[in-house]
Amino acid sequence: MTKTTDTPAIDPFEAALGISDDKGRSPWEDAWHRLLKNRAAVYSAYIMAFMIMLVLLGPLLISWESDFTDWDHTSSPPSLQSGHWFGTDSVGRDILVRTLEGGRISLLVGLVATIVSLLIGVSYGATAGYFGGRADRIMMRVVDIIYALPFLFFIILLMVVFGRHILLIFVAIGAINWLDMARIVRGQTLSLKNTEFIEAARACGVGDWAIIRRHIVPNLLGVVMVYVTLTIPQVILIESFLSFLGLGVQEPMSSWGALVSDGAQDMESAPWTLIVPSVFLTATLYCFNFIGDGLRDALDPKDHF
Amino acid sequence: MSLLEVKGLNVGFDTPEGEVHAVNNLNFSLNAGDALAIVGESGSGKTQTVMAIMGLLAENGHVNGQAMFKGKDLLQMSTSELNKHRGSEIAMIFQDPMTSLNPYLSIEKQMIEVVIHHQGLNKAEARAHAVEMLRAVRIPDPERSIRQYPHEFSGGMRQRVIVAMGLLCEPDLLIADEPTTALDVTVQTHISHLMSALRQNSNAAIILITHDLGVVAGLCDRVLVMYAGEAVECGTVEQIYYDPKHPYTQGLLNSVPRLDRPEDTELHAIPGNPPNLLSLPEGCKFRDRCPKAYAACTETPPMQIDEGQHAHCCFRGASE
Amino acid sequence: MNERVLRVQDLAVHFKLREGGLIRPKTHTLKAVDGVSFDLNAGETLGIVGESGCGKSTLARALLALIKPTRGRVLWLGEDLNKLDEEALRKKRQDLQIVFQDPLAALNPRMTVRDIIAEPLWTFFPKIARVQVDERVRGVMKMVGLLPNQVNRYPHEFSGGQCQRIGIARALVLNPKLVVCDEPVSALDVSIQAQIINLLKDLQKKLNLSLVFIAHDLSVVKHISDRVMVMYLGRAMEISCRDHLYRRPLHPYTSALIKAVPVPDPKLARLASDTGLTGDMPSPLSPPSGCVFHSRCPVSITRCELEVPALRRMENGDWAACHRAEELDLTIGKTG
Repeated sequence: MTKTTDTPAIDPFEAALGISDDKGRSPWEDAWHRLLKNRAAVYSAYIMAFMIMLVLLGPLLISWESDFTDWDHTSSPPSLQSGHWFGTDSVGRDILVRTLEGGRISLLVGLVATIVSLLIGVSYGATAGYFGGRADRIMMRVVDIIYALPFLFFIILLMVVFGRHILLIFVAIGAINWLDMARIVRGQTLSLKNTEFIEAARACGVGDWAIIRRHIVPNLLGVVMVYVTLTIPQVILIESFLSFLGLGVQEPMSSWGALVSDGAQDMESAPWTLIVPSVFLTATLYCFNFIGDGLRDALDPKDHF
Repeated sequence: MSLLEVKGLNVGFDTPEGEVHAVNNLNFSLNAGDALAIVGESGSGKTQTVMAIMGLLAENGHVNGQAMFKGKDLLQMSTSELNKHRGSEIAMIFQDPMTSLNPYLSIEKQMIEVVIHHQGLNKAEARAHAVEMLRAVRIPDPERSIRQYPHEFSGGMRQRVIVAMGLLCEPDLLIADEPTTALDVTVQTHISHLMSALRQNSNAAIILITHDLGVVAGLCDRVLVMYAGEAVECGTVEQIYYDPKHPYTQGLLNSVPRLDRPEDTELHAIPGNPPNLLSLPEGCKFRDRCPKAYAACTETPPMQIDEGQHAHCCFRGASE
Repeated sequence: MNERVLRVQDLAVHFKLREGGLIRPKTHTLKAVDGVSFDLNAGETLGIVGESGCGKSTLARALLALIKPTRGRVLWLGEDLNKLDEEALRKKRQDLQIVFQDPLAALNPRMTVRDIIAEPLWTFFPKIARVQVDERVRGVMKMVGLLPNQVNRYPHEFSGGQCQRIGIARALVLNPKLVVCDEPVSALDVSIQAQIINLLKDLQKKLNLSLVFIAHDLSVVKHISDRVMVMYLGRAMEISCRDHLYRRPLHPYTSALIKAVPVPDPKLARLASDTGLTGDMPSPLSPPSGCVFHSRCPVSITRCELEVPALRRMENGDWAACHRAEELDLTIGKTG
């Protein structure tokens, strides 16, 4: 047994016994540090935070009501004197307040529809991927079939049957978006399922649900997070598109898409009605995309030496 | 004039944790027909050395020094100038054969493209040449195999295709980065035999990069041992295998499991872990794993050259 | 010492592969392991060697009942693992552990070393106290040569060799009786390989473990095995005592594998001949008739193409599956 001296690191033990435990740096912390180094993502996060504050608190601070018609200033350009800093529309409503309140709806749609697609997509995809075989084949064929339905037709059908309602928009968008999420999560689960650390867990007799909870979900989280940040702007865009076509939210409620649609009609006489909501909409989309890209780079470092 | 002469090569990388010195002040030269092995563990800088020479460093890498190939400095060349040399005069074989083959193109397309580009042959000639090369590396039925796609070959066959592609333009210098590490032993011997045969036939110089001193012995005539980005010993295979001076070289030799020794011989491992380039000790970098380290090792030992060009850098070196 | 713990009888694992065609897919049978039998005693190490695709990893998983065998039995202390119900099998897993090839892939990147090593403990003793777990984890870490104060670190903060030590610690935390090591050193640097081999050897002596040590090259298992089994295309070609196998192999394939190991000695290496093998390993989907090795065998005769050689016991107690085992003298030229 004297030969054990060959195996290393016997000596440092005694030295290490008195020393307190090392603090490890988890992959999450590493990713967080990398994210903080990404300027575009950090600034986008600040802008988004500011935007959300503005949308939530702004309408409370501005003296105009969103449905108040100021007959003295219809289609008036932005001016400080009239109190309509960003101008009014053809019926004299304040553009800023309408844009901020529309932002609430747009962001809410983005958030709720994403959460809906997240919940359905992750559980559906993870189940299909983890159990595999026949269950997986059937579940993914269902996804393919829904995928093949024409989206607009589906929405119009829902509108006709149930009437126009904001909840319906959430459901409609969420019902389409979870398909992508499910596919991504399934793929990830499939490749995770075959990794050796899962096999190791199985060899120790760890049960299925513990494996999903301890090993699969935490390793899916990164991909899902990236996808979520990229889904939010996508959903906002879909909602805008629906509103632009007149299938979205109904007056007096509005959203960025609806405002852009209104503004586009008066674009020649009152361009500010188009520009203001467009700027808010594009800024939001850009920010989310930058954050998503930053997250992806942070969570999956390719050129890490 | 030597074929390749590397002088004062330094390679560094900018990482979020700080600058990493992957290669420090490396010098070596190579004549036509020479076979040099660069040996070292992961993190020794052996791969980064040839990546730098080939102009293939990652984006955050930077390099200085000289790498004179036929009298011209490879490190000063633009990409388009380099491309004239890469693939025709200098060829490289990577460890993972799948990464250096395009999965969507047939072997034929990939091989012919190189020949047409560098040697100006027409298509039929190029094809005949490629088939001949595949036959040379003992790919069965080369006329049929050449039309197949990379995934249709087994790992060993794929590596042979890579070797064939590397030799297609009769390069003057062949750089092989762990060409056999991922392969089965029986295929490994075959690839080694193949490389030494081709070296004899075409007088090409070879740089073989590996962490295993076992595969070097039959193939190379000089060995450069690297540790933590520095050359620690350099000499002929006889000098290195029969009279290793540096404790690291001795450790590497002792850790190779050998079939030509009795069964119950103890394996002697090098203690500790491969060098972490971000936290190296002062002085001799091998010091914290070295069984022979003593007070003097806190200073950087100079490179000493014995008779017969056997160089090593260790204070203990000769005094065994 | 000579108590038999593991008995494998005519074990076969076949996979059904579907290829192409939605409407009428072709099914192939891949015989990953085909009729392997051997015994293992307490405290003994069996080396299993073969090239990629010979079924050694599948065999490892079948030994631990991670894959259901198509045929044959795996008897652990006399009980057929595949006849046990789920709960009983789970209990048995305490005794049977595995160490994987890729040290980093075998560790969940999002868990600390403590959680990784403690997972088997939590699984088998859900009510165990935190302090006890911590104590045990640190003890095992020390045993495998890791600093116990690194319990809070994550796998990516360790080198390959250290990650393999973590994997070994996880396998040992429950005091198993059998550890199957599936190519535990092939992803490591040579200098680190020797560390891990020595570590496993020491641990085996200290804990009286039975080891199944899988490798793709005969040099690696030489230092640790008592007996060596050579596999080719899912079948055992030879099972011999170590001292016999390296001096006078019984099977031509074993002799080729021995010749293929590079000798770190320039003079000997230049003399070294080719392995004598012709061609590549045939596809396991369509193995050759008769002896599966005949297509590459330098000494095959007509009988080899027609008749499958059984694994036979030789006079000295070794086993070989070759028609010509008795007449061939494959003694290895020089021994150091």
